[in-house]
Amino acid sequence: MERLPKWADVVLVPLVSLTLAALIAALVILAIGQDPWEAITVMVKGSVMDSYGWGYTLYYATSFMFTGLAVTVAFHASLFNIGGEGQAQLGGLGVALACLFIPWPHWTLALLGATMAAALFGAAWAAIPAYLQARRGSHIVITTIMFNYIAAAVLIFLLVDVLRPDGQMDPATASFPEAARLPTLNQIPVFNLFFTSNVPANVTLFIALGMAVVVWALLWRTRLGYAIRAFGKSEAAAKYAGISPFTIIMVAMLISGGLAGMMAINNVMGEAERLLQNSASGAGFIGIAVALMGRNHPVGVVLAALLFGFLFQGGAELGLWTKIPIEMRTVVQGL
Amino acid sequence: MATGGADARYAIELKGISKSFGPVQANKDIHIAVPKGTIHGIIGENGAGKSTLMSILYGFYRADSGEIFINGKLTAIPDSQSAIRAGIGMVFQHFKLVQNFTVLENVVLGAEEGALLAGSLSKARKVLADLSREYELDVDPDAVIEDLSVGHQQRVEILKALYRQADILILDEPTGVLTPDEADHLFRILKGLRDQGKTVILITHKLREIMETTDNTSVMRRGTMVGTVKTSESSPEELAELMVGRKVLLEVEKRPATPGAVVLKVEDLRVKDEHGVERLKGISFEIRAGEILGIAGVAGNGQSELLEALGGIAKATGRITLKGEDLPLSGKGADGQSRRAAGIAHVPEDRQHLGLIMDFTAWENVAFGYHNAPEYQKNALFMDNDALRADTEKKMATFDVRPPIPTLAAKNFSGGNQQKIVVAREIERNPDLLLIGQPTRGVDIGAIEFIHKQIVALRDQGKAILLVSVELDEIRSLSDRVAVMFDGQIMGFRDPETTDERDLGLLMAGIAAGSKGEAA
Repeated sequence: MERLPKWADVVLVPLVSLTLAALIAALVILAIGQDPWEAITVMVKGSVMDSYGWGYTLYYATSFMFTGLAVTVAFHASLFNIGGEGQAQLGGLGVALACLFIPWPHWTLALLGATMAAALFGAAWAAIPAYLQARRGSHIVITTIMFNYIAAAVLIFLLVDVLRPDGQMDPATASFPEAARLPTLNQIPVFNLFFTSNVPANVTLFIALGMAVVVWALLWRTRLGYAIRAFGKSEAAAKYAGISPFTIIMVAMLISGGLAGMMAINNVMGEAERLLQNSASGAGFIGIAVALMGRNHPVGVVLAALLFGFLFQGGAELGLWTKIPIEMRTVVQGL
Repeated sequence: MATGGADARYAIELKGISKSFGPVQANKDIHIAVPKGTIHGIIGENGAGKSTLMSILYGFYRADSGEIFINGKLTAIPDSQSAIRAGIGMVFQHFKLVQNFTVLENVVLGAEEGALLAGSLSKARKVLADLSREYELDVDPDAVIEDLSVGHQQRVEILKALYRQADILILDEPTGVLTPDEADHLFRILKGLRDQGKTVILITHKLREIMETTDNTSVMRRGTMVGTVKTSESSPEELAELMVGRKVLLEVEKRPATPGAVVLKVEDLRVKDEHGVERLKGISFEIRAGEILGIAGVAGNGQSELLEALGGIAKATGRITLKGEDLPLSGKGADGQSRRAAGIAHVPEDRQHLGLIMDFTAWENVAFGYHNAPEYQKNALFMDNDALRADTEKKMATFDVRPPIPTLAAKNFSGGNQQKIVVAREIERNPDLLLIGQPTRGVDIGAIEFIHKQIVALRDQGKAILLVSVELDEIRSLSDRVAVMFDGQIMGFRDPETTDERDLGLLMAGIAAGSKGEAA
């Protein structure tokens, strides 16, 4: 077999699969008696044609960048972290605790503190599956999935019985104080020239982009990244080189969990401004698709996250303005 | 012999066979004629196209162009079923046997007649008995494969082919896993087959086997057939030159050793595998500075465990002393990093799974095991990839790695060049002790010569070297002292100058002929 040149592998293959996916989606839409052209028009219009659409697309993309990067780091250590969803929910808990119980003087400090709390909680949630894999060989896929369910249950308990303010009906925390609210893009100079109305996309976007650079540097420029990648390619060879499997599994999963947890500053702190049940709303799972499509490279992850942000926002618009059910967007993403 | 009509004197005649894999032309216009009732050797370096050619003959690949004549008849071989029907049997390097089936069941497998097994089994039992008598292929038909030695398993493969009425038997590197005795037995079997009129094709890279066994030899080089010679009228030197395309030194040139102080002392070393089975059963030896200790033995008798214990990969008990200092055998300080820091370099037996990360570039592989080395760091945070690439270029030049491209992935180098990368990485660390396993497995003759020279040069610098190899010739020509391992133990020490192949072969088979124990 002749191998494809690298550029074709990186650019052409995703493009071809995207086109195919779009075509199949069009057929499906046709099959349920709707007009595919109308669908794509609505999607594009609702997500990238005006600043309002962009505001949502970028907001979703921010979340997906974190979870995509989380999957990427674990993947390079040959670990399939499916627990991004649970880690992101725990990250949300960290954010909520930091925002509710510490009186921050300014949002910048609050952001710093909440980010650390989010990463810490996310990492802690990944630590147990990581330890089980490293010491006992329990498969990380199974344990991280289980931990997603445990996370959901833990949060329901905390939101219903512990953190819910008196007199409130829905399972959620109180709203965060003013000082712990993040500026959205329409509140940031220069960006407010484009984003004139209120949008959910917020400063977290820049943290996500920054983390993409950090992950890239970590994996390809540091000793730790070298060890992670070597271990991911061959555990036997890593042992020959004196790279400890235990250390790598733990460290890679902690970083991965931390990144997934950091997603919470986008949705919990930046958007909802309080912790809701099911706060991650599937972004942890979409991170898997984002990482796969982005070829487990930070640049690819950022691009794929934007694409999925577009699908997410465009899909929501579809549900709003056409008879095409919102579940259709899941079909499209699946493709 | 390029053209002309088909000739029924030939069991196999290939005309103008070409095969490309993408831009790589594995076979270029190959012509070969194998006379009936002969043993025909095909020899060539790795990647010369021997296996591709035989795969075409056995129906695994289809040739891009060319014709195949079997017994003078133009034959199309689109799949291995057609090859079997044409009377071709193949014995692969890696046996294709069902481990928990009996010999009989394996032989019948795929050649059953009718829905019920009983009939074909009893018929096969009779045929096997005849074949065994005829060709010295004695194997118990009711033995389960996993209980058989490698040599016996190979005979089952041969029986399988004969049961399918093969007239032409192809063997791909058959002796790689055999003791010298087993190999001799195999060659007796092959000669017996020839005398009964069968045609045997023997693919190998070992010149000695070619000289001892074959009637004619075809030599391949870089996808082309460079010539066919009558073996009895040729010499190893001539064949090697044909293979490599230049004069090759077959003997290693080295001065007598001048051993110095003891560098490595191993006492009662034991290693258990993951199932708790003891694979290294208390071995003791010493290696001095400026000395090469060769470990001979059939693969799987504890040599790998010995290297892994010394290299910090496997946990062990006992005692290892390096230059008078005890090395920890488990827990902290018993990993590859600590061993490297202590002055032990390790060229592992399996370079593709241990020594290299095949997807990594050459320069990333040069850092493998040494990624914490200070000269590869830019600062506390980042590695200095530029320095690494420069260092890789230097090493590639010194060790003549081709192509000298540091950014090429390891998997894109040939076996010999991969090995040169590993050897360069380990030797250039200037270790006190070099562990080197199967230094020339899957390596071309030209590169073998080079790697052997490097090992001897390191010895002459006063370093201690532990050489593990299943190639007896390599052990005998490189080592200053030979230890033979069998079943996790050292059966004896020998002087390579005074011992002979028979003596070593007996030790390798676990028969302690002479004195057992330390002879340092």
